Amino acid sequence: MTEHTASTRTYRNVAMTLFVLLAGTVIVAKLQLGTLAPVIALSIAAAKAVLVAMFFMHLYYGSRLTRVFAAAGLFWLLILLGLTLGDFLSRS
Amino acid sequence: MADTPLAHQFDDVAQQREAAGLGMWTFLATEVLFFGGLFTVYTVYRVKDSAAFVEACHELYMWLGAINTVVLLTSSWTMALGVHAAQHGERRRAVSFLVRTAVLGLVFLLIKGTEYSLDIRERLVPGPGFRAEWTVDPTHAQLFFVLYFVMTGLHAVHMLAGIGVVSAMAFMVWKSRSSTHHANALEMAGLYWHFVDIVWIFLFPLLYLVA
Repeated sequence: MTEHTASTRTYRNVAMTLFVLLAGTVIVAKLQLGTLAPVIALSIAAAKAVLVAMFFMHLYYGSRLTRVFAAAGLFWLLILLGLTLGDFLSRS
Repeated sequence: MADTPLAHQFDDVAQQREAAGLGMWTFLATEVLFFGGLFTVYTVYRVKDSAAFVEACHELYMWLGAINTVVLLTSSWTMALGVHAAQHGERRRAVSFLVRTAVLGLVFLLIKGTEYSLDIRERLVPGPGFRAEWTVDPTHAQLFFVLYFVMTGLHAVHMLAGIGVVSAMAFMVWKSRSSTHHANALEMAGLYWHFVDIVWIFLFPLLYLVA
């Protein structure tokens, strides 16, 4: 049976990328970019989460069904966030 | 994976492994919604009353949060290496990486506890003793700290559970003849650990950086 998991070298590269992204997000926060700052901070967080999910959590090597199961959690979260914000932001 | 025990309801080891993964991801989806409720409350008040949240954010120790992020990201790395070692039959290496992961988890909680004691000393706990002179909007500033303590507190409880699971797995792998015997269970424990890491990946910018 062939094992579809990452090599230790991949894990090292992912970890180093995560540290660089963390340094990046701290530096961007120090620059005080105003309204753009939260957008950049959350985009970097999302990038880090995707790296962890894809490689450390093996989604990249997983079956299509496993990825659908993982995406389902995200999908329900988007419904929760989207409909709630749609309500609060549309109130006058 | 030659030494992996196969439960009778599965055709082969690969099917068994995928079934375990699907079950774990279903559990993690419920966890996403568990934390998701709190993230939604945070987002609503952040959008409505951002001035008080931005002020409150400045009262936190950003560097302690950043150091803790390094600790957690490193622990996810050691966890991934532990699972990898177990799958490749390197029993001693797997135990060593699992112990490192659990120790990094404890370091995280130690730093978090230090931070809590500093926050308490600076009277940032919501309630009658809340020190409010730095903010124009004490009500929503307190709301920020309610969310800060509840979200990081719930995360810390998950860390405790994770440290327990990783320690138990380290003990089981150490006791067993072969590391591949527990490789499946260990991979699932890894999924949980990485999920708790991802929660912190979002908590850090939302609580410490959105100033």
